Amino acid sequence: MAIHIAGGHVIDPGRFNGVADVLIDEGRIVAVGPDLTTPIGGTKIDATGRLVLPGFVDLHVHFREPGFEYKESIQSGAAAAVAGGFTSVCCMPNTNPVNDNQAITKFMLDRARAAGLANVFPIGAITKGSEGEELAEIGDLRRAGCVAISDDGKPVMNSLVMRRAMEYALAFDVPVVDHCEDLHLAEGGCMNEGAISTELGLPGMPAAAEDVMVARNVALAELTGARLHLAHISTEGSVRMVREAKSRGLHVTAEACPHHFTITEETVRGYNTYAKMNPPLRTWKDVQAIKDGLSDGTIDVIATDHAPHASQEKQLGFTEAPFGIVGLETALPLTFALVDEGVLSLESAVDKLSTAPSKAFGLAKGTLAVGADADVVIVDQQEQWEVDPTMFRSKSRNTPFAGWKVKGRVRTTIVGGRVVFEAAQAEP
Amino acid sequence: MGLKRKDLLSLAPLSVDEIQLILETADSFKEVTGREIKKVPALRGRTVVNLFFEPSTRTRTSFELAAKRLSADVINFSPSSSSVVKGETLLDTARNIEAMQADIIVLRHPSAGAAEALAVGVKSSVINAGDGWHEHPTQALLDLYTIRERGLPFEGLRVAIVGDVAHSRVARSNIHALAKLGAEIRLVGPPTMLPRGVEKLGARVYYNLDEALRGVQVIMMLRLQLERQGIALFPTIREYARLYGLTAERVKLADPGAIVMHPGPINRGVEIAPEVADSLSSVILDQVANGVAVRMGILYLMSGAN
Repeated sequence: MAIHIAGGHVIDPGRFNGVADVLIDEGRIVAVGPDLTTPIGGTKIDATGRLVLPGFVDLHVHFREPGFEYKESIQSGAAAAVAGGFTSVCCMPNTNPVNDNQAITKFMLDRARAAGLANVFPIGAITKGSEGEELAEIGDLRRAGCVAISDDGKPVMNSLVMRRAMEYALAFDVPVVDHCEDLHLAEGGCMNEGAISTELGLPGMPAAAEDVMVARNVALAELTGARLHLAHISTEGSVRMVREAKSRGLHVTAEACPHHFTITEETVRGYNTYAKMNPPLRTWKDVQAIKDGLSDGTIDVIATDHAPHASQEKQLGFTEAPFGIVGLETALPLTFALVDEGVLSLESAVDKLSTAPSKAFGLAKGTLAVGADADVVIVDQQEQWEVDPTMFRSKSRNTPFAGWKVKGRVRTTIVGGRVVFEAAQAEP
Repeated sequence: MGLKRKDLLSLAPLSVDEIQLILETADSFKEVTGREIKKVPALRGRTVVNLFFEPSTRTRTSFELAAKRLSADVINFSPSSSSVVKGETLLDTARNIEAMQADIIVLRHPSAGAAEALAVGVKSSVINAGDGWHEHPTQALLDLYTIRERGLPFEGLRVAIVGDVAHSRVARSNIHALAKLGAEIRLVGPPTMLPRGVEKLGARVYYNLDEALRGVQVIMMLRLQLERQGIALFPTIREYARLYGLTAERVKLADPGAIVMHPGPINRGVEIAPEVADSLSSVILDQVANGVAVRMGILYLMSGAN
């Protein structure tokens, strides 16, 4: 059925930015232009005063299925995604069993089809069981539908294994994604190392634990020519090294998470387990560096690292509680706050949520070009709301942003030409 | 005047007046511990639960004795690490203890922040008896009491804290309290044991023990966790003892009336030479004795019995 989105402010990063209508039919964008007419039998959505954007693409989510469905399933994760404006998500392989073979990949894709909400793109493991020792069958994973490879959460410590993975990945033109953390340097740590960890008596993870692995990975990308994507960079040092690597023309892309450009290690005070994630919240200097990196293009992508955990897990003591927070349903307002702050233009914010991530992983997404898949999100940029985790579509509620008054809300999400999410009417 | 707090979790937020109140309250109980009948009815009918998730003999015994001398009913609940259901949340632990109608819970836990988490979850008063590397407020208070008993004024007092500050809750609590009271704090140890940013708590950092000891009035030794030899904080016990062990020679560098403290248990011949531990300047056993009186004072103030 055709959908006519009328009168919205359409932003298709790098291609179009202005008031226009968008016409969708048979799952594709069929026209973008002024004063289109609603086809007979089609639906008209009045988007006056709203933004009409290519659906967001999250390169970094943990949907926990198979193995940890009590935290999140592919169905609940996809529901959270579309509620947050994400029409495509890339699922990290640290499930149980690990997504290190095509059977798991196919299972995930089946579950995603059954859910019928967001487009789900699995990320395959780099090594068998993400043990960091033997390469997984990367060719099979690619053929089965994996769009990247990563041992996220269990970084590949052995540099020779990482080199071989990068070389091998070249044959399939698949990006290699690394969670940069030297596990020896970070051992036992549960927050950023510094004056606050010292005061709280919590074991710290130094910024250097991230920096040394970013440096290693950049060196290996240079050696192998691989497409390297750096997950959730959080330190000033990482930003500096990525900037330098890009200036030398290496195939390096990088992502940052909303929490790393919004809050600092101060949030940990009171032993707040909702402020426990890996990489940890850092200092104001690091937050500023991440913003600078987003602003000057060093950081291509905003990704959520959506990491659901059950309440009983986050109620453990700070050192025992697991790392991670949910992010899909708060990423849009936190990113748009950077627009209000003047860090990003509106178009570049949309680019980092949609177009740039698609390019980084080579996905045919993130555009409203005629003929593209009709993945569209309609946003009220001005709507103010309060983050209430009990309203999340995710199964989990672990967010440090509960009670925050934020601005910018998803009104309608369309995936493949089908409306999959509509927000309740705003209170007058 | 009472202590207007439900819990004693950390010395960081305490005012100088509150610290002084605790020390003065301990004075009257010190007198009680010197009597032939060492018992007063102050906490009769109240229940104190010692909830110890870490093995501890002296702190638990000290609290138990303090509570018994105040005539409280005392329950020792020491779930051994094997019997604690892995993953029981602090909230569940809190609810169980609350159901036992405890008036005061004394908590020792390996995880920093555990006492804070427990205090939020229960109506009972919570006393932190050590949480991870974070704080051990009653130990610091008994240290302060012992310093004061020796007639040393806190303002301008030169104190050296020697050893593994990074992993010491005793050090953190003492730094907070001594800084508030106007003391000059010197932290001494190999750089691997002095955590980043510790100067911000109000202390100076030294790597050389001889230099740090010059003119100090209090030498506070920390227990060396011998097992940390394996994780590269120091190469050998031998070298540690040579660089940071307190010998009689080194004590001479300090003020002539300086006192030597140690929270115990001591490693004789490692961080402290036997002749120093047994010398006249050592107040190590006074600390233990004062621990009971100070904890009586704290239990009394926390119970609101006054």
